[in-house]
This record gives sequence, C-alpha cells and structure tokens, in this order.
Amino acid sequence: MNDFVPAHNIGDYVPMIDGPEKVSGRAKYTADLVVPGALAGRIFRSPYSHAEIIEVDVSEAARLPGVKAIVTGADCDKTFGVLPIARSEHPLARQRVRYRGEPIAAVAAIDDATAKEALRRIRLTVRELPAYHTAREALAPDAVNIHEHRPHNIERDVLFELGNVEAAFAEADLVREGSYNCAEVCQNQMEMHAALAEYDVVRDRITVHASTQVPYYVHLMLAQILSMDMSRIRVVKPHVGGGFGCRTETLNVELIAALLARKAGGAVRIAVNREETFITHRGRPETDIRLKIGMRRDGRITGVECECTQRGGAHSGYGVVTILYAGSMLYAIYDLHNVKYVGKRVLTNTPPCGAFRGHGTVDIRFAFESLLDQMAREMGIDPIAVRRANLLTAPTFTDNDLMVNSYGLPECIDWVEKESNWRERRGRLHSGNGVRKGLGFACSHYISGASKPVNWTGEPHATVKIKLDFDGSIVVLSGAADIGQGSTTILAQSVAEVLGLELSRVRVVTGDSEVVPKDNGSYSSRVTFMVGNAAIDAAQNLKALLIAAAARKLEAKPGEIECLGELYRAGAQDKGLSFNEVVTEALKDSGTITVTGNYSTIPQSHGGKKYRGAAIGGTMGYSYSAQVVEVSVDEETGVVTVDKVWVAHDCGRALNRLTVEGQVQGSVWMGMGQAMSEEAAYHDGLMLTANMLDYRVPTIQDSPPIEVGVIESIDPHGPFGAKEAGEGSLAAFLPALTNAIADATGLRFNDLPVTPDRVFAALEKRARTGGKARNGG
Amino acid sequence: MARILSLTLNGRVRLDAVADNVLLLDYLREIAGLTGTKTGCDGGECGACTVLVDDQPRLSCLTLAAIVEGRRVDTIESLATDGRLSAVQRGFHEKLGAQCGYCTPGFIMASAGLLRRNPRPSEDEIREALGSNICRCTGYVKIIEAVQYAAELHATGISP
Repeated sequence: MNDFVPAHNIGDYVPMIDGPEKVSGRAKYTADLVVPGALAGRIFRSPYSHAEIIEVDVSEAARLPGVKAIVTGADCDKTFGVLPIARSEHPLARQRVRYRGEPIAAVAAIDDATAKEALRRIRLTVRELPAYHTAREALAPDAVNIHEHRPHNIERDVLFELGNVEAAFAEADLVREGSYNCAEVCQNQMEMHAALAEYDVVRDRITVHASTQVPYYVHLMLAQILSMDMSRIRVVKPHVGGGFGCRTETLNVELIAALLARKAGGAVRIAVNREETFITHRGRPETDIRLKIGMRRDGRITGVECECTQRGGAHSGYGVVTILYAGSMLYAIYDLHNVKYVGKRVLTNTPPCGAFRGHGTVDIRFAFESLLDQMAREMGIDPIAVRRANLLTAPTFTDNDLMVNSYGLPECIDWVEKESNWRERRGRLHSGNGVRKGLGFACSHYISGASKPVNWTGEPHATVKIKLDFDGSIVVLSGAADIGQGSTTILAQSVAEVLGLELSRVRVVTGDSEVVPKDNGSYSSRVTFMVGNAAIDAAQNLKALLIAAAARKLEAKPGEIECLGELYRAGAQDKGLSFNEVVTEALKDSGTITVTGNYSTIPQSHGGKKYRGAAIGGTMGYSYSAQVVEVSVDEETGVVTVDKVWVAHDCGRALNRLTVEGQVQGSVWMGMGQAMSEEAAYHDGLMLTANMLDYRVPTIQDSPPIEVGVIESIDPHGPFGAKEAGEGSLAAFLPALTNAIADATGLRFNDLPVTPDRVFAALEKRARTGGKARNGG
Repeated sequence: MARILSLTLNGRVRLDAVADNVLLLDYLREIAGLTGTKTGCDGGECGACTVLVDDQPRLSCLTLAAIVEGRRVDTIESLATDGRLSAVQRGFHEKLGAQCGYCTPGFIMASAGLLRRNPRPSEDEIREALGSNICRCTGYVKIIEAVQYAAELHATGISP
C-alpha cells in the first residue's frame, strides 16, 4: 500500500488520444459527413480583379430543374471579418468585386452536376475598375480606393520610435542597411475547406459543421450574417485537416453554406476544391522590408530602423494585427533600445491575406537575422557570439512593455552550437565537385497566445468544464479546436496529471457549441497555455471536491487526505478508498458533478500604450528557438540541398515530448517551404499557383533530418511551466538557410524563396562580374 | 453509360451499378461509403487518395472505377485485423506520423504497399515510395520513423 503512486504523464512521449481514429480512416472531417438529401452547394466567383457589379442575372440558372436555391449579394447586406474594427467583407460581393475568385453567387442543387451546370447559366455584367495587384500600384497617388473607407488603399499605418534611433546610429561602429522581399505564401493545409449547413425550418435553427480553427468566431459571424439570434445557431467542428492560420477567421465558405441552407430550407454541403481553397487564401502577405541596424564593435546593437510594407489583399482580415505584430515583435528576443518602426498594410486586388503560422513575425525575423549575420561577418564576430552579445536578462519588460519572464534562448543557442559541432565545423566543411557546403545560424520567438483576445468580452480567457458521474470516467468539456496540433491530448494529459489518473480514465469532448464551453479557438499558439491552465484549474477544483468527500467518508480532515489517483487515504497506514468509492461518496452531495476551471491573463502581460496598437505582441510567455542549418549548394545547377537542421526550442516545459518534437519539426519544415520553393504567383490578379504542383511544397525527398532539442525554461505562469511549441521555430529557418548559403558561397539572398533559378542567376552574375554580385541588396 | 462493377473491396466481393465516368475515389467515398480515403487536391497532386489495387499504390482520383473491374482494392478501412491496428497504422499512431490525419490514409496505404513488396526498406526506399504524397504537418521526419517502426513490427508477424 505504501508504494502506491499516482499516475504521471507530463513530459512523456504520449501518442495523440485521437490517433487511432486518424490511422484507421474513422476520423470524420467535414467533407466526410453524409446527410441523406443534402444539397450540393457551388460558388460562382468573380473573373475580374476589380469591378463594379451592374447585374447578377440568375434567372436562367434558377429555371434549371434540380436547382433549389440561389443566393447573391442581394440576399445579405451584412459584413463579416475577424476584427471588430474592420469587418469589410460580404459573404457574397455587393456592388463591387475586389479580387479574382471573390464569391458573387452560390447555388444549391440536388447534385453536384446540376449545381455546376447552374453556375454556367449565371450571367454577370460589370463595369471594370482599375486593378492593383501590388502594394506599389495600390499606393500610387491616382489609385482609386478599393474600399471607400480606406483612403489611399492603406489599411493601417503604424509608426513608433522608442528611444532615439539617430543618436543610436551615431554611436555605432557599423551601420548597415538591407532591403528584403518575401513572397506571399499559402497555408495549403491538406484538407480543403468544407461546410455542411442544416437549416431546421420548423424550429428556425441552424447547425453548421465547418473546417475551422475558431468555432466561436464562426458562431458570431453566422449570427451577424444570418441576422439570427445566437441561441438558434449550433456550430460543430469535426476533425480538421490542418489550418496553420487560414482558418483562424470565419471564411465565406461556411457563411455561404448557411445562407443557402436557410434559403433552400434544408441541408447544404459545400466542399470547395484545391484551387478555391488557395483563392480563399488568408496566407502570409508579400512583404517588403527595409532594415537598418547600428552595431558596436563588441556586437551590441545600438539601434534599429525598420520599414515594412505588406500587400494585404482585397479585405481587411487580420491585416491591422499582422502589421502591428511585425513591429512589436522586433522586441522580446534581444535587448533592444532605440527602435523605429514604420509599417504599412496595403489593400490590393488580390485574395485576402490572413494569419499564417508565425503571424506577422516571420518575414521581419528573416530580415533581422540576415542583416545581423551579414554585419557579424563584416565585424569578424562569430554569428552566434553576436546573438549572445544582445541577450535579454529575464524577467524584464521590453521598451514596448512586453513582459518576458522565462527566457531559454541562451540554452537554445548553446544546444544547437554544441550538437551541430558549430565551432569545429563552421568554415571547415568539405566542398568540392562543384558543391559548396555551409552552416547558417538564426534565432526566433513567438507568443503563447495573445494576452488580450480580439473579441474582448471581459470573460476569463479560457474556460474548461469537467463532468464526473456514476461511471467514474472523467469527461473534459472544452471548446479548444484540435486541428492536428494535439490540443485534445494536452487537455486529457493536464487533467489526468492533476488527478493522478491514467489517461484511459479521461475522455475529452470538444467542438460542439451545444455541449462545450466557449473557446476563442486555435490561433496564436494560445491553447496549451490558456486552455491548459483552465484545465488544470478545473481538475484542481474537482480534486478538492473528491478530497472533501473522501475526508467525510474516512472521518478525517480534508488536509489529511492523500490523493494518489486511484487511491484516496488518510495517512500511509489507512487502506483508504478507491477512486470509484470516492466518486460514489461525492455524488451524494449533488448528483452528477460538474466543475469549472478558468484562466485569465494578468494585466501586466497586456502590452502597453506607448503607441497605437501597442497591445499587440503582449503575451504571458514567449517561446524561443535557435537553429543551425547545413546546406550544400550545387554551383552547376543552383540547387540548394538542406543536409540537416539542428533546432532547439524553449517551450517552457514539454508536456508531451512527442507532440513538441512533431510541432517543432513541422514548423521548421514549413519555414523551409517558404524559404526555398513556395510562392503565390499572380497574373493579372489570377493566382497561377493555385494547385499543389505549381505551389511547390517540399516532398519527403526534399526534406532533411531535423534534430530537436527541447529546452525547458519552466515559465512561472505556464501550465506545468509550459509555453508554446507550434510556431516559434518556423521563422528562424528562413535566415538560417540564407546565412548558410552565404557561408557556403558568399552570396547573400535577400529575396524569398531562394529557388534554384535565383541561385543560378546569382552565381552566373558573380562569374560575369568577377565575384561582386549580390542578390537583392 | 453505366455498368455493374464487380470487384473485391477490402476482402469482400461487391457488385455496384456505377456510371462509366465515375472515379474510383468517388466510388469509394460516395457509393461504398468508405470516407477514410481522402480528397486532397484537384487531381493527382497530393497522394491523399492513395489506395492499393492488387497491392500496388494507386491514386484513386486518377483512376476510373471501371478500371478496377475484377481486381482487388484495399483501402485504409481494411488494414486493421479484428480491430487491432496494423503495423503501419501503429507506426503512424505511436511515432506521430499523423498530426491532423488528413494525408494519413494515403501515406499509410502507400507505406503498406511498400512493406508488402519490400518488408525491410531502407530510408531511401521509404522516401522514394512516399515521394508523391504530401504532408503539411510533420515535415516527414516522424513519417519516416513511423514506417521504419512499422517494418520492425511487421518483422514480428504483424501484417503491414
């Protein structure tokens, strides 16, 4: 009896609790849901980049037998959008279309073939307007406004200067400036967008299943678009095949399905294809950066000046937040003072951009770590030493009031330096046969959830419920949206750990607004931190109830009860009560037990007020990452091969080593796609790369081994000390790659992606000009 | 035009009325109700719809149902034995070869096809066999580990 110990799982390699469904084909995604009699929905999209709509004639389509409902902009005059301050989008365009592919009308028909035929019979009459496909064109003085309420096509201007940048540059020993261009990239998650909307005419209620990361936001926007009371709406999130940010806002797909279902008086399923998924977009905007850094001889940064322009696409989306993140997240990784940031988010006639993994931070980090590397080399300082010269001392607040508590970056740097054998190998890799090898280094960081949610309501940031009844199973109820990152598993682990129970006793119910508490959703890496803490709180509340019941039964004081998971006892000599006996006793008080757990962020984490939008970037804990990338550059072909990546990620504490490793590897690899091959290209506003052959995602044959070091800085506020693990390691790959190419060849690439074409052209240019060419500034 | 399609689907002989222009993918998902096989692209780009036809991996989105007349088709739903996961399924579950799970049936079927013809594949052979399947979550590192582990399990007698 004395050796009885509670079960533990935190820090273990725990396979996902919903894994068996995924590997057996039983996991249902939205497009897998079969409702007998459901109508097939199809969307009619704009063939114009920018035009005034004169007429949408659906009369011929409506006469086609089998067509049950058609909706156009005339059916809904409400707007939607993720930011309460910028809801500029109609589910179906009204008066104006602003990008090629924007939905104009939609059809619900008895089968897909009929719906397709109906689309062919819709007649659109427009007056074309000048279209702007680049930020530069949209900013031209004579450009017409894409949205009337946004003069000069500027969604948001950001300007701040904290400290004195000019003085800082004057006291620097070296000041350098670079220009950088990062192509627009797409999440291209494996599951294409889908929605199933079922309207109940008798009760005037609607149920919508959607492939979303944010069921609560979908609920809000359905109410707004349908002008329906929220109590009449139910949103269900089935299994979701990835998101990476493109589903962190309500998409037109689910709203159109709902409009069609209500009009048809039944069920409508829309499963858009890959091209439409690309065009629905919400990817990372094309970004132009001009960056200037001042540095002392010892490597200390004296000042930073950064200009950032993002081509945001045709609607607001998350745009304001993205351009603010790009500025605020210059901070909280190094000890910076004297920073000036000028950000411009531009509206253009291209599909709307959104919040892609590493939201707002990635392209800026690429520029920063590239210029830092370049300057370190020029000063003759080791690229790793230059980072060490600029580390923060935590806990601290940055000049823009961001709260940094745990800071494992120094340990991340140590780990990759050692594991890659940096000191011995850098500059000494064997090159030959037209292949040059090199090592590159870079760091990055990310938030563990925005401390202030975009829809601020004053409620706790996260709420979790636990139900316990006669069967003794622990049922965790949460709105947290598992999109493959493993949040459901983390919830089960957290609750089991607190109660000292095996995972097998825990079931997790998520994703149905009818049952689970509201959750803001899966974005900005908030779930483990916020929902994890709420789950711990709920489990502790349950444990207190169980201890009280055990104390009563054992005629002891609650303080004397030892909770060992499956055994509650009053002292080591007591034979105690089994878990089921404690549950039976506890139920005598109230019948079925439900407990609530909450989590709220602290005000100190909410960022400051030193400039407009300074709250963006505020979080309870930053993750940190350091990477070393080893490359081979084929000088005959321009092909760059990534031979190996060493990455160390400070996730506070690894709640689940298996999923932490998986998230970090996935982030690094996604950074590799952006750095080397991915690009959304347009011709006259038409996305040319809206398929998975032209939008080049690395295959298994292109992909390197990625060795992961888990650094545990134990955050004082994190659940069991944890911080985020799913985004922070993406950004460092990009500059680590180009720094490695510079190490190998002496060529510095400031424009992404670094395709073989670009490398080859730079090599050719250098050969012609005798070794002086550099790409992109 | 339509025909009566006869095939052995997941070990069971079936007869279905199928139009001539129906893709194997749509036959599986919509007529046979086997939604484990996924649609991931607009045709031949991603590998999510991979099934085995006479043990050979095949993209069901580029295959007419009529072509599998008289042949043996295996989908993800066929792999478990009496509810127990197969070696490849266990590999993908236990080694985190699956995150969101959407590409997983395609990867698992391509891997099962590999192990059926080559029970001890090298890492290069694994990469080659899975070269036309796209995963957007894992970076493939744990997929390779999953298949290697599956080969070990297979060597102990567990079917791939």
